[in-house]
Parts: sequence; C-alpha cells; structure tokens
Amino acid sequence: MFTEFYYYLKDFGVPVSFNEWQDLMNALDQGMAGSSLTGFYYLGRALLVKSEAHYDRFDLALASYFQDVEAVEGLPEKIWEWLNREVPPLEITEAMRQNHHRLDIEEMKRMLAERLAEQTQQHHGGNRWVGTGGTSPFGHSGYHPGGIRIGGDTRSLSAVKVAGMRRFQEFRTDETLGVRQFQLALRKLRQFTTRLDGAREELDLEGTVDQTCQNAGRLELKWARPRVNSMKVMLLMDAGGSMWPYTRLCNQLFTAVHKSSHFKDLKTFYFHNCIYDWLYNDPSCSQRDYVDTEYILRTCDSNYRVIIVGDASMGYAELMRPGGIIDWDLHNDQAGIEWLRRLRQHFEYSVWLNPIPSRYWARMEGAFTIGAIRKVFPMEELTVEGLERSIRKRKSRSRAGEESKLVY
Amino acid sequence: MMTKTAQYQGSAQYIVSDELRNSVNIAIALGKPLLIKGEPGTGKTMLAQSIAEALAKELIIWNIKSTTKAQEGLYVYDTVQRLYDSQFQDHDVSNIKQYIKNGKLGEAFQSHAQVVLLIDEIDKADLEFPNDLLWELDQMSYYIPETKETITARTRPIVIITSNAEKELPDAFLRRCIFHYIAFPDPNEMQRIIKVHHPHLDKRLLEQAMETFYMLRNLNNIQKKPSTSELIDWLQALVVGGISPNKIKQDIPFLGVLLKKNEDLDLLLNGLQGKTQNRSTPRSSMWGR
Repeated sequence: MFTEFYYYLKDFGVPVSFNEWQDLMNALDQGMAGSSLTGFYYLGRALLVKSEAHYDRFDLALASYFQDVEAVEGLPEKIWEWLNREVPPLEITEAMRQNHHRLDIEEMKRMLAERLAEQTQQHHGGNRWVGTGGTSPFGHSGYHPGGIRIGGDTRSLSAVKVAGMRRFQEFRTDETLGVRQFQLALRKLRQFTTRLDGAREELDLEGTVDQTCQNAGRLELKWARPRVNSMKVMLLMDAGGSMWPYTRLCNQLFTAVHKSSHFKDLKTFYFHNCIYDWLYNDPSCSQRDYVDTEYILRTCDSNYRVIIVGDASMGYAELMRPGGIIDWDLHNDQAGIEWLRRLRQHFEYSVWLNPIPSRYWARMEGAFTIGAIRKVFPMEELTVEGLERSIRKRKSRSRAGEESKLVY
Repeated sequence: MMTKTAQYQGSAQYIVSDELRNSVNIAIALGKPLLIKGEPGTGKTMLAQSIAEALAKELIIWNIKSTTKAQEGLYVYDTVQRLYDSQFQDHDVSNIKQYIKNGKLGEAFQSHAQVVLLIDEIDKADLEFPNDLLWELDQMSYYIPETKETITARTRPIVIITSNAEKELPDAFLRRCIFHYIAFPDPNEMQRIIKVHHPHLDKRLLEQAMETFYMLRNLNNIQKKPSTSELIDWLQALVVGGISPNKIKQDIPFLGVLLKKNEDLDLLLNGLQGKTQNRSTPRSSMWGR
C-alpha cells in the first residue's frame, strides 16, 4: 500500500529509508492513522520526516500523490492550497523533469562536449585565459539541466546566466597525481595534541604507578586530560561555470581531503559563484538539496577549518548587491560579500584557495571581485604550496593584528 | 485508535497544538523516542514535564552537557572508589556490583513503572553521542561487561529528546526517532499561552505588547529572535514596572529582556532613529526607566 508514495517522497527530496517506511506500515496496521487522510498526514510526517527543512517537501509530495483523491474531510489547509493552485514553481519542476527525461545523460554529455569543442575553437585566437574571466566561460550559451535557456544579461561581467551542469559529478574519482602532495600538506592540519581546556578526567596509569611507588605503595591517583582529535574541516567548493577549467585541480584537492582520515569531522558544501543564503549538498547545486548558510553558522562552531575553493571571479552585482545572485529564480536579501564577511567572522581559521595563478589576480576580468574577496579572506593559490602556505601562515592581510591560519 | 496505550491530551499548564499531541501519541504507541526540535523558548523541555504530569508518571531528566558521554547515561563503574576501598581493606571489594552506579538511562530502564525520560539538549554533546546510544534506545537494553549482566527495560520508558539545532544529528539516530518541530506559535496560540502564565493581563497592554513583539521578530537581520519565554518575562516586567500600554510600541521599555545581542539592539535603535528622526527619541529612553 502506498508504495508509490515512497518514491514520490524520494523524488521530492525527502530522505526516507526503508526502516522508517516499515515503521509507517506497522503504524498503519495498528490503525494509528484512524483511516483519515489528515491522520495519515500527521503520522507520515512524524515518522518519515526528520528535519523541519523537509516539511515543505513532504507537503508537496503528499499533494501531488493524492492529487486525484477526492477527500471528504479536511486536509491541512496548506495541502489544499497546493492542490487547488497551479503553482508556478511546481509547474517548472514538472516541465524541467519532462525535459530532463527526454535527454538521457549520454546525450547531454555529448551535447556538452560538442559545445565545448566549439568554444575552444572560438577562443583560440584571442585571450589565452579561456573561461577564467567572468562568470561564464562558455560565452553565449547558458545551459541548464532542464534545457531552460535564459537570455543574455547586460549587467557588468556576467554575459549570460549559467546554471550548472553536473560538472563535479566525478569528484570522487581517485586522482593519484598530486593527490598525495595535497594529502601530505593536509596532514599538517592534524592536531592530535592534548586539549588545553579539557577536564583532567583520564586516569594517568603510568603517573599513578610512579606516584604510588614513591608513596611506598599508598595509592595516589594521577589524572590527565584525554587526548582528543578535534580537527574539523569544512570544504566549500564553487561549482559554478567558471570553475570548469579547474575541475582536475579541484578533484585532486577533493580526493585528498576525503582520503585524509585524520579529521574528526569533514563537511563539504557547494556554491554557485558566491555564497548566499544557501549552501548545496551536491555539486549540481540542485535547489532541492541545500542547507541554510545561517544554519551552518549556528551549528558549526568556530573551530572548523574552512577551506573555500573558488575562482572569486564574478559579476560586480553578484558579489556586492542584494538580489545579485546568478541563478535566475533565486533572490538574496543580503549581498554576497555580507555572507562572506559573516563566514569569515564566524570561522577564524578560514582561507580562500583560488585556482587562478596569483599573478593574474589583478589583471583579469574578475579582478574587482577577487580584490574585494581578498579583503575578507586570506587568499592563496590552489596549489600544494598555496595550501601549505595557508596552513603555515601567521599574519592575515584582511584584519590587522588578527592571526589567520588554518592551524594553531 | 490507540486504545492500549495511554493517551496524552495536554495539561492545564501547557498549551499543546494538535500536531504536537499527535506526535506524542504516535511516539508513545510505537515505543520510539520523540525528538523535539524548535527555537529556544518554545517549550520543548516543558513538554516532557507536561506529559509526565498528565499521565501521572515519574519524570527522569538527563541533562546533556558538552562533556557528557553516552556511557554515563547507562552506568559508571567506579574503579577508583574500589581501588581506594581495597587499600584499607575494610570493605569487601569482590562484589563489583556495589561499584556500578546507574545513570539516568539505566535508572529509567530499571524502574518498575513506566517513566518519562527527558534527554535534554542532546545537541550539546559531542558529535558521536547520539550514535553511541543507538542500540540502547532501540532495544532498550544494555550489557554490563563487569558483572556480565544485561539490563533490559521492564517497561519501555517514554523518551523525549530535545534539540536546539545547534548541531546536526546523525541520520542513523534520526531514523530511530519520531520527529516533531515546534513551530513558533502564531498570535492566537500565543495569546492562549500567555493566558496560562498571566491570567489577568490588561487587554490593551497585551495587544500592544504582542504587536511590538511580532514586529521585532519580523525584523530582518535580527540574529537572535525573541522567543515565547522572553515575551512572558517581558510582560511580567511591563506589569511590575507599571508601564502604560500607550508607551509600549513607542518606547519599547525593557528592551534588554527581549533582545539579548548587542548587534540586534544597535540594529533596532538605528532603525527606529531613522524612522523617527523628527521625534526626539533619545537612546536612553529605549531602556525604560
């Protein structure tokens, strides 16, 4: 019963597992939904949804699953709203999905490859730094997984609004060359030292034996602070269009970070050109799978070592103005730079790694935004040396007198 | 529906929404822990007290701190005491049992009657903490290797877990819980809640205070929004201070009760000054008397 609903939920991005589904089935057997749709709604939500962020998705999934059911009794009002209204966002997702189905992944890859070939030819005669300037390396043609085209935009640098293909799809492949160097550099982050502020709560066996012997056998206990691995790392990666030429480099860092097992916690999030209210869980920056930046700021303590990887090159508005976000259907109340400042304020150990070699930072199209971001974050090249430098670094350019480094 | 198990209907001291009551009853019926999330001050902790009261069951509270280990909830084997005792030889130390001290979870398992166990602010603890309790909460039993005993709950306690969303909880743990998010009460609900705490409040005062309160909450960029418990405290302050209802919206006396962060206070002061440039609203008057 309702098995299809399970897949609806998955489609709408509610992470349900089989166990929870079983629980729901058991509960239904016990008659706990009271054979009413409202009962089912509350029961299902309590059992299947584990985060308030997913409530809305659950509502949507339920609405579309029960669309054709003529219920006599009242559903929660919100659901009726969804059912009765032809909601634009829902319409778009439907259209997008249909489009998506028509093109299979192979075909999409082929199209992208074709497009890329075209582009290289076009750019050969001109600027050597293909795609590094501006937000859209591929010039005129924005490509959306759903096949939605968005027309040209006249504002500053961003010639076109680019929505992300799954460019970082194969992030986890094992890159061997360069990975080891990155890994070695990261190892310097390791902090297996005794915690300075912890309570002395572990019995120091050797010390106790020593002391007791000195006391001629009368027991004297020695306590020590437990050694705790407290290295927590957060990796924020730009998955925007202009990062495309650096995929390989990013892959190496990514693989190295993931192979390093000595972190207590490792979080990876993605963003598109600049960080706003949301951070995405996967490189496609799908708008179904995200966390609020606010939530990250609240839940992750300032001990996290934050490594931001991005080319920092974007349109002026994208960084400096509210509403400047590149994604066509999103809006940000706070300018990107404000979010970056807040992140920097919260995470004192943070660094921005830029795949563009530093000698071009002041001279390319994105120079303004690179400069602005460098005032907020210490910036280093995304190279093994750059990573090492940021780990060793003592003085921060950004805020006088304060120390900025990834390790103490 | 649900005839076998006790039904929770809310209590006089605690206003419970239909949704929350449903979730509580589902959790009780399925014998699964109920995870309550919500903004601070939405009455998460009070829920457990209310359940215990309404169902006439004992309430056991396990307060979680940043240093709390999962093991402490089950039992602690006091080896040090045993070592000391063995030195003076006035105790028989061969019986390990006397050095096994029950934690809160152990206490709840071994109670004869069903109890309500509140695991308060689980997100305060280490990242691994919830994972360490998976088996115990699932099976409601644990093993003590020192005495080779298995402790199994006589009756599954009603477990209420609260979280302020300060840390993310592991998926494996979430899968085993019933989840409920306490949404912030809308003005109507809020009036009912206030009635419980301040039954004889002047109507105009309440109106004005509520308007100001929701205005503050809806301000953009406020970092720590005032919560229910802060509103209740503020009302108390207004009543004790004898503030006239007309003044509330204009001056927002005792603002410090509502806004706890300097940045937020500055934000509001700047905003108000911008709006009321012609009127003389000196900074000091914002703080009340």
